[in-house]
Amino acid sequence: MKAKQTDALATLLLWLAALVIVGILAWFLFFILGRGLPVLNPQFLTGPNGVGGQFFNSFYILFLSLVFSLPVGVGAGIYLAEYAPKNKLTDVMRLSTESLATVPSIVLGLFGMIIFVNVFKLGFTILGGAATLALLNLPVLVRVTEESLRTVPASYREASLALGATMWQTLRKVILPTALPGLVTGTTLVAGRALGETAILIFTAGMSVSRHLFDLRLTAPGETLAVHLYAVQANPLPGTHAGRVANGTAALLVLVALAFNLLLALPSRWLQHRLSGKRG
Amino acid sequence: MPRKTSWTSVNDQLTRYLFIGCAVLVSLVILSILWFVGQQGLATFRHVTPLEFFTSSRWNPDRGQYGILTFIAGSLGTTFIAIILGAPLGLAGAVFMGKIAPPSLRSVLRPVTELFAGIPSVVYGYVGIVVFVKIIRKTTGSATGFGLLAAGLVLAVMILPTIISISEDTLRALPDSYEEASVALGATRWQTIWRVLLPAAKPGILTAVILAMARAIGETMAVQMVIGNSPLFPHSLVTPTSTLTSDIVMEMGNTPYGSTWNDALFMMSVVLLLISLALIILVRLGIQKGEAK
Repeated sequence: MKAKQTDALATLLLWLAALVIVGILAWFLFFILGRGLPVLNPQFLTGPNGVGGQFFNSFYILFLSLVFSLPVGVGAGIYLAEYAPKNKLTDVMRLSTESLATVPSIVLGLFGMIIFVNVFKLGFTILGGAATLALLNLPVLVRVTEESLRTVPASYREASLALGATMWQTLRKVILPTALPGLVTGTTLVAGRALGETAILIFTAGMSVSRHLFDLRLTAPGETLAVHLYAVQANPLPGTHAGRVANGTAALLVLVALAFNLLLALPSRWLQHRLSGKRG
Repeated sequence: MPRKTSWTSVNDQLTRYLFIGCAVLVSLVILSILWFVGQQGLATFRHVTPLEFFTSSRWNPDRGQYGILTFIAGSLGTTFIAIILGAPLGLAGAVFMGKIAPPSLRSVLRPVTELFAGIPSVVYGYVGIVVFVKIIRKTTGSATGFGLLAAGLVLAVMILPTIISISEDTLRALPDSYEEASVALGATRWQTIWRVLLPAAKPGILTAVILAMARAIGETMAVQMVIGNSPLFPHSLVTPTSTLTSDIVMEMGNTPYGSTWNDALFMMSVVLLLISLALIILVRLGIQKGEAK
């Protein structure tokens, strides 16, 4: 009967491990939001030392980075999933994409700094930050695209091609619409990750924010929320309530992460279920 | 088929080339990173010998001493602690989610692990400072609480989503017949997990651990906030030290571009780059071996 006791014990421990994992996350959210939510009010964004500019920059840089990376990433993913022959060259392409995905973000940041700050002499700009951030998104977008295209049954392609459609027509009218829910989910997760990125942006978009709120110029410096949390923690300026600003900024970042995960990822998953359920 | 150049077929060819172009562009990124960062980093060796650079732990750029052994030790040390603490917990979570949790619970747990990955690293670092460092200071009597232990703890939490999602995917991808055969032979659930499923999932679990290592060694902000940032060799788990990433962040802003000091920081990022490339090649070799079986 020893085996049964071991089994019961192991089950207990595994339940415990899951509880610990969920517990860490729950405590984390509770802690950050508990300290930060009381600080959050409209003043926190628009008042003196307000983080409205950083908040705007976060989304502006994210948007631009997706504009840069989405077409190229999806294009490369389509090539790898639909066109690429099985040969050495394709292997090299896959290897370089995977390598790019594991490059530490600080190294991407330094690369962006060489290109935009030192070679093009732009200084710390929104453009440089967004373009470097795009490099972080690229490999994930390629993988997400490839994976969602692979879930489309081969019979769809065969049927379309047999009807005389070209590959491009098949892609545009059959494969991409079917793969769309997966693409949306993937892009959401990419965006959530890019929104919290710091190491890349410190050395490309900089740690200062434009004096004008909602500054759309691509050459303006673009401190984001995440960089701001780092900056106020590293150099708390006297008289700026750095502690309060840090608490509030952390809470704001967690709220945005929550929103991205819950509000966007869940509906698209639901869409995926519905579509596959109805068509399957 | 009659060869006729219609707009449709031209379009078809054009888009094909467009997609090839995208794939080539993505592939070129890693090469240009290696080229630009590598060139900048290798300039260090005009003034410092590689031997001193890699084997000395004296980092005094003011006096022309550029030894990065301390930072390498810091990076490896924090990663090691993170894996020791995070990998077993994450693996247990993956086994629970994949094999024990009822489907309804699993559908809750999956988004929970994704949320771990969605929380920005500065927020992890911030909690590290406000909580972990304080607890360490109180319980160990260390002067500051900063050091390898604090960074390792933060990283252990940060690698959980990587470990959990890859291990769980691997476990779920195993053929049902493995489990059925084992249970039919009278094995308990735990015996099935321990003797059948985990050994079968070993390549995937190893991949998860290696990718978690890559994540831990490259993590910058969270580590920088709790490591203490002093270029002292880590003689204990709770004294301030530095890692490759944290030192780059600390000093990059204060050094003029093109100086030996600045070049040395770039060379440190080359070391990081090479470590992560080595890890990804390790994963690839593991996958190929798994396929060959």
